[in-house]
Amino acid sequence: MSAALALGDDALVLSHRLGQWAGHAPVLEEEVALANIALDLLGQARVLLSLAGDEDELAFLREERAFRNVQLVEQPNGDFAHTIARQLYFSAYQLPLYRELAAGDGPFAPLAAKAAQEVDYHLDHARQWTLRLGDGTQESHARMQRACDALWRYTGELFRPVEGLGVDPSALEQGWLRSVGEVLERATLTLPDGPRSGGWAAGAGREGLHTESFGRMLAEMQHLHRSHPGASW
Amino acid sequence: MTALAGGAAGGTASAGAGAPGTAGAAGQAPDARTAAFDAAVAAEERIEPRDWMPDAYRATLVRQMAQHAHSEIIGMQPEANWITRAPSLRRKAILMAKVQDEAGHGLYLYSAAETLGTGRDELLDKLHAGRQKYSSIFNYPTLTWADVGAIGWLVDGAAITNQVPLCRCSYGPYARAMVRICKEESFHQRQGFELLMALSKGTPEQHAMAQDAVDRWWWPSLMMFGPPDDESAHSAQSMAWKIKRFSNDELRRRFVDICVPQAEALGLTLPDPDLRWNPDKGENGGHEHGPIDWAEFQAVLKGNGPCNEQRIAQRRAAHEEGAWVRDAAAAYAAKHAAGEHGKAEAA
Repeated sequence: MSAALALGDDALVLSHRLGQWAGHAPVLEEEVALANIALDLLGQARVLLSLAGDEDELAFLREERAFRNVQLVEQPNGDFAHTIARQLYFSAYQLPLYRELAAGDGPFAPLAAKAAQEVDYHLDHARQWTLRLGDGTQESHARMQRACDALWRYTGELFRPVEGLGVDPSALEQGWLRSVGEVLERATLTLPDGPRSGGWAAGAGREGLHTESFGRMLAEMQHLHRSHPGASW
Repeated sequence: MTALAGGAAGGTASAGAGAPGTAGAAGQAPDARTAAFDAAVAAEERIEPRDWMPDAYRATLVRQMAQHAHSEIIGMQPEANWITRAPSLRRKAILMAKVQDEAGHGLYLYSAAETLGTGRDELLDKLHAGRQKYSSIFNYPTLTWADVGAIGWLVDGAAITNQVPLCRCSYGPYARAMVRICKEESFHQRQGFELLMALSKGTPEQHAMAQDAVDRWWWPSLMMFGPPDDESAHSAQSMAWKIKRFSNDELRRRFVDICVPQAEALGLTLPDPDLRWNPDKGENGGHEHGPIDWAEFQAVLKGNGPCNEQRIAQRRAAHEEGAWVRDAAAAYAAKHAAGEHGKAEAA
């Protein structure tokens, strides 16, 4: 079930990153909102990983090279603008993907139907903040533009084929570009124009090649579970 | 306003006039207003935001609600410390949801305090400047995963014992916020108990981890009820105003009585050699506990606990680092309220 791992790892890893915001968010409402998105994604991850095996074994006992998430979701939180840009790029991909999956009759359809409603909210949240940061102050505009530019190179990977998925992600690419382009324009931001894939470093997460910070993230996430082999929690 | 509230403002005598609120109260002499307020409190009516109330009552409520709200958001830190290391996905989901609930409780409570005319920004500034307090319990560190369970079982358990009576607090918005908060807190308490049970029945290492956590959190939890009754600065007036319903010592006694059988069920020992059942205590007997180290309580309260500086520093850093985000949201709102889009003027 490599497709279940791909989608499950995307959700698991992004949830973990969002969970790192707890206690650090810029405003109390965002403590609630970011945790909410993290919880939705964790719920999705648990269903998806359970399709592929034991959720805890998969989350806590695999080595870095066995994770199949895209590199975009493992990128560190950075400032709030980076977190929002990462969420905008990812949710704008995940929503149409889940809708396609929900419309089919494959193994992901039931989860995708429920999760699409959650992701609809995640995308709205990211759009609303993209507008506010892009069209807010000079500083927020500059930070948001930097974040959009910095994460752009990780977006090409989203549209690579995933074995066993039943949907061709490349068919979603033009819609994604329109969707992201439209919100960036309204936010007075410029759609980045650098390469979106190509170098192995930006776009091989599905093959188990990740970025350096991912190993440290996993070390922290897995440490306690691995320290007590066979224990129940 | 609730149906009961009219009487609180205009006095019970005018409650039938069909014009509840401040109008009637404003025209009354100060003594009459005080008498009407006292009568409303005595009659178990709820005081509502637009009702007249003594300045000292307002100040006491703001102080207490702010302290409570601050405790919720500072209390996120010791538990959030373990979100990234939770040992199973189920536990991770439970913990994230719990920390999120605390942020939500903070929101209700700041909103409830706002009904008394004191905004969230002002209260946060006071917290960051060290001019308002939060529960001292959160100045202790979470050193192992079992601490997450001990906080749920003992700290949330103590909080519930303190807070359930607040659901009947004389101030309406506070009482209503507490109803919702207590429901969620009791859920957290059960989750903490269940987490400790899994550890206690787990491997010898897990059991030892659970016992160690209970050893460290037991006494600070007893201190959460505040100083003994004869040394409590605010208690008497708060009892008279029905903000507070039971004394510190009474609530502490209840908590100990609840915890002793639960500790037995967990297979864990409470770290108090003097803890014993006294059949002659109260009406139905009760537990006697050993002496509480009030010097430690005072030291932590004064800022000398293990994590006081760390907690406030993180809170301040989050606030300061988030200033540009809040500014952006405000600038965007102002720009779009004014219907103009020029981003040059916004900065």
